[in-house]
Amino acid sequence: MIRVQREDFDVGRELQELAAGDHTIGGVASFIGLVRDMGQVSALTLEHYPGMTEKKLAEIEAEANRRWPLSASLVIHRYGRLEPGERIVLVATASPHREAALAACHFLIDWLKTDAPFWKSEATPEGERWVAARAEDDKATRRWRGE
Amino acid sequence: MRLLYFAWLRARIGHAEEDLALPPEVRDVAGLLAWLRAREGRYGEALRDLSVVRVAVNQEYVGLDHPLRDGDEVALFPPVTGG
Repeated sequence: MIRVQREDFDVGRELQELAAGDHTIGGVASFIGLVRDMGQVSALTLEHYPGMTEKKLAEIEAEANRRWPLSASLVIHRYGRLEPGERIVLVATASPHREAALAACHFLIDWLKTDAPFWKSEATPEGERWVAARAEDDKATRRWRGE
Repeated sequence: MRLLYFAWLRARIGHAEEDLALPPEVRDVAGLLAWLRAREGRYGEALRDLSVVRVAVNQEYVGLDHPLRDGDEVALFPPVTGG
């Protein structure tokens, strides 16, 4: 399931609901991305491309389900203004066995960082500045493509 | 066609979207970018370095040789930084 939303989410409730009712699930893996305090930055503002964002996230989720035997998966990504300590993203995967859940969770967060159309702008004492893409993120995604 | 701009491309160009009749000489993405760059100073400035411009047509990533049609939704934006 994919959700793109401004509001926060309850991690405990989301993880519980992901596995609820399916007793063949043996493990749930999750990744929570937070706004990191980097001293000068008082807030992040996330912009996205409505429509394409949901489409790319659904494609990424479908690809994870093709690669691993997942019982359930969830990606929640927030947009708007977020302060240090706030949650940005939740990726969660459930599977009968831990290997698939952990690997698919790692794959999803790596892939969405380079494929989903979101952009971060940082509020600093000198004004707003756009965050540049990191070469390490591209490298992480290429690894999953077998490059 | 509908043109959409995001992040610093939107900020530099000065608006988030515009409707445009496909110019007859524009056949593909490379042609559109060249046409926009020649159009006005702020477009030339925003699109000066194409290594930091990504293009999506109808919400799919495409390369410079992707053909364009008049009903297309074309989005121009910098490399993504979500997650």
